[in-house]
Amino acid sequence: MEDFFQGYKGKALEVLKKYNVRVWGKAVIETSRGEFKGTVLPRSENDDDQHIVLKIETGYNIGIDIVTIKRMKETGYFKATYKIPEKEFPVTPNLPKVKLLGTGGTIASRLDYRTGAVIPAFSPGELYGAVPELADICNLTTEKLFAVFSENMGPEQYKALAIAIGKEIENGIDGIIIGHGTDTLSHTAAALTFMVQNSPVPIILVGSQRSSDRPSSDAALNLMHATTAAGHSDIAEVMVCMFGPTSDEYGFLHRGTRVRKMHSSYRSTFRTIGDTPIATVSRKGVVPIKEEYNHRRKDRKVKILPFFEEKVTIVYYYPNMQPDIIDSLVESGYKGIIIAGTGLGHINKPLYPAIERAYKKGVHVFMTVQTLWGFVHMYVYDTGRDLMAKGIIPLENMIPETAYIKLGWVLGQTNDREEVKRLMLKPINDEITQREPYNGYLIYQGGVPEVEAFIRRFRK
Amino acid sequence: MKKSSSPTKKFDPHKNYQSTMKSIGYVGRKKAKPEDYKRIGFKSGLEVHQQIKTKKKLFCRCPAGIFHDSNDYHAEIIRHMRPTLSEMGEYDGTALMEFKTRKDITYRIHNQTTCTYEIDDTPPFPINREALEYALEISLLSKLNIVGEVHITRKQYLDGSIPTGFQRTAILGVEGSIQLKNKKVGLIQLSIEEDSCREISDIGHQRIYKTDRLGMPLIETVTHPECFTPDELREAGEYIRFLNRSTGKVRTGMGAARQDTNVSCEGGTRVEIKGVSHLKWIPELSHNECFRQWALLNIRKLLLEKVKTPAKWELKHVTIDPREVGIENELVVSYLDEGYKVVAICLPQFKGILSHFTQPGKCFANELSDRLKVIAGIEKPNITSSEDLDIPLDTKDLDALSRTLNASEDDAIVLIWGIESDIPTALEAIQERCIMAFEGVPRETRRPMADGTTLFERVLPGADRMYPDTDSAPIPLEQSYIHNLSKNIPMDIADRYRQMKDWNIPSDTYTYLLKKNLVPVIEQLVKLGVSGRFAGTFLGHKLKYVEGKIEKHNDFTYNRIVEMFEFLNTQKLQPSLAKLMLPTIYQHPNMDFNSVLTSLSFKHRTKDEMLAPIDYLLEKFREIRVSKSDSPKIALNWVMGQLNRQALGNVDLKDLQKSIEKKLAKQA
Repeated sequence: MEDFFQGYKGKALEVLKKYNVRVWGKAVIETSRGEFKGTVLPRSENDDDQHIVLKIETGYNIGIDIVTIKRMKETGYFKATYKIPEKEFPVTPNLPKVKLLGTGGTIASRLDYRTGAVIPAFSPGELYGAVPELADICNLTTEKLFAVFSENMGPEQYKALAIAIGKEIENGIDGIIIGHGTDTLSHTAAALTFMVQNSPVPIILVGSQRSSDRPSSDAALNLMHATTAAGHSDIAEVMVCMFGPTSDEYGFLHRGTRVRKMHSSYRSTFRTIGDTPIATVSRKGVVPIKEEYNHRRKDRKVKILPFFEEKVTIVYYYPNMQPDIIDSLVESGYKGIIIAGTGLGHINKPLYPAIERAYKKGVHVFMTVQTLWGFVHMYVYDTGRDLMAKGIIPLENMIPETAYIKLGWVLGQTNDREEVKRLMLKPINDEITQREPYNGYLIYQGGVPEVEAFIRRFRK
Repeated sequence: MKKSSSPTKKFDPHKNYQSTMKSIGYVGRKKAKPEDYKRIGFKSGLEVHQQIKTKKKLFCRCPAGIFHDSNDYHAEIIRHMRPTLSEMGEYDGTALMEFKTRKDITYRIHNQTTCTYEIDDTPPFPINREALEYALEISLLSKLNIVGEVHITRKQYLDGSIPTGFQRTAILGVEGSIQLKNKKVGLIQLSIEEDSCREISDIGHQRIYKTDRLGMPLIETVTHPECFTPDELREAGEYIRFLNRSTGKVRTGMGAARQDTNVSCEGGTRVEIKGVSHLKWIPELSHNECFRQWALLNIRKLLLEKVKTPAKWELKHVTIDPREVGIENELVVSYLDEGYKVVAICLPQFKGILSHFTQPGKCFANELSDRLKVIAGIEKPNITSSEDLDIPLDTKDLDALSRTLNASEDDAIVLIWGIESDIPTALEAIQERCIMAFEGVPRETRRPMADGTTLFERVLPGADRMYPDTDSAPIPLEQSYIHNLSKNIPMDIADRYRQMKDWNIPSDTYTYLLKKNLVPVIEQLVKLGVSGRFAGTFLGHKLKYVEGKIEKHNDFTYNRIVEMFEFLNTQKLQPSLAKLMLPTIYQHPNMDFNSVLTSLSFKHRTKDEMLAPIDYLLEKFREIRVSKSDSPKIALNWVMGQLNRQALGNVDLKDLQKSIEKKLAKQA
């Protein structure tokens, strides 16, 4: 049945019913604040039941307080259909074949009246309608795997993605891009690095920090960069492709195991931690920064390892953390714990007995650093040595989220203590690096004259 | 090809310009009578933008009202804008046009006035309540129907003037009115919105903005198109400005108030002249725009007589090497060195159209040139033609070109030039504008020039560029809140006029007094016992004079004037002394009033003290007078002259005069 009162509830709904005015109905409303004319719009579910939303003739929206309404009358009806113009994606000989796998997120989106926010929209036709430049870069096909927001991505989706990627590679695709919400983009990137090994083609995860319903969105440029990297680059790895600077200039390709979202809203939010990005990408092509990477190959010998144990967690240590935090995790049946410790990888003494108890119960406990940058060094202080004696294994410079994903993936395959340790410490793609380059850590503080001079010279 | 087929044989563009100007009945602004406006159906309305005086910006916590030089910045950011769908599922025409122009937009940001919000790297913070409250007061004063809930809307601007690509704006009220001298003008709506960036430059495909003004709170009052002469339009503009200022909560000074004018003629289209910073320019601009439309309608008529199926009309063009063709036109030749491509275009049946009058000093060819600059990004001069008013192509060049283009007697020939990648857009822009000529007046926004003419700026955007702001929640306006606000709003401007009339204040002061919101000051002075007429004249003449001559101290406020009159009151000094004191307190508002008087060498005198020397002075006058037949009037004036300065403030000058007259009468 058609919902004539989309989003309206309670008193506002009563008023609409009383006067027989539908959503998308043109209405004249007489109120104690004067007369209002316009089209009744759906109301967001989370908003109150005291107002009716009206689009007036000049295109603006206003709300009418129902307590002021004296009379209203429907004088017409026009339902708007919000649709990105769909055009068939043209096939150009000699351009690489790229597959876009959709998961949801803001890479393409439209308005949702239910929540008042934006929801994903997705099809090659829609994408081509919105970003026609894509046709000059590759022959694009798409498949919508799920429609979930970034925060709802989890092991099931990782596994399904890995399997879908495997199939595409088998079928001879030249590159893969995955549209993804940005909040947990790096978690998925890490998961796919472990689940899809020895890929002969680039696998690029891409999102946008500004939804594509705004003119200044980064979505279009990110998509162009991602298709360029997927179709034309020689780097056959799982990578995240997002803005380098906040300016519309170039993107970075980050290794899936070393990338992290570092700002809640900036376009240039993704940063490679403890290393440099692999490459920059612009519409002109990909320019490597790192000399070593996995090269594109003609063969189709990819390994798909879709495993994941869900009973794994991260504990973010803070001063005065109580041992019952650890105990309750063990009691709840957690099999693996990643600790994000302070400094070089520390937690306080009162937790030691709890760690011992966990170890004895067969829980795998690993140490990372909440400083994000730098290695765990547990030999520097006695406390670190004590912890290792109690069974905690330091994970070098693996970032905590990557460690969480990797432990889930490892425990999905084995529970053998030595095997788990071996797999965790053997890097698959730089989640642990041998050395940290001096330019891996480059967080400059604003306000310093030379930093300011630098910023002024180069676009942010 | 025969020589006689040359399209411009014996054709004089200047003559054509003059004769077309005459044939549409153009009259200059100064000579225009109400009948002229009636004849062409002048119709216009206003959109008045006014910055509100708040400490902070509208959607972030940056300070408002701090401005920087164009080269004073800390970082640059570059963006490109893409059109997106409106809520109703349509693309906006302007948006598509801007997309065609492929501009690199650079923002120069200064840390003091710009945070991550302005450059669209952070979602908006809750709306500035101070701004909302001031804007609501003005809405109430404008007799608008106040909305029940404020919905923040995004209004697309793809010119880059706002880094998000849209302006956050919200309607506060609809359908109000203002009362002018002879009529009431309806208001469509009032909105609160964030101000845009200031443009530094726009050359070729590079546009530069600074972000200091961006995000400052602004209100926009929109009138119905109910002004039928340029003077009415100006009056409406002044009324709205006075109304806004009467609250004392708006900014004044350069750029704090800007108006857009919508103009159409009978059979024309609504065209918007954007960003007129001086009200006094509005009559000339709207006058010329109305006649421009009138001229375009004549062009339409002329074209339709010649072209039966406009839908099939198409320009012909050839890329040429001018040297090969043998073109000697100095303008064209000068661009060859820059590696520009030159394209020859034939506009079938457009002979006599290109040089057709549109605005004073401008013709239809300017409409093409403007669009080449804006849409294709080709800097002017970017065109010449068989009918160019400055450097037209000569007969020899035209012969060569009409052979190349296979043009006929009734065609017009145009040359354009630019970098190769701009040429397709340029040709499209010309084709599009010529097709529009068959339809009449294109929907445009136009940029005002100091000479009263306008330039094409953009395609006029419609309601299709609106989109709800998914980053903000609606803001309810409760009955009690609105009720409380309505108790504190100032008096109507129409009532202010009446008040000034009742006080018998000379009418030449009205504009100044309302512009500066001085009527409330007069009210305060009247309460102190000063006559309304004196107070009005004092502020409207003396203060205005001082303002024009002396630099104001930052601490000076009108309240200091009220305090000065209070001081005179308590000291039992005459109000006339204020005229002497004003220049000093204007410059030194922190000086105490006694010191001001000392600095003016003022001495306290009682009335008796003042009158005492009269007899002596009259005696003296008799000694120095030239002729015995001097009238008593001359004696009176001389004595008054001697006493005037010391009398000022101590006695009323009229009283003094009477006393002298009395003594004179006695002596006679």
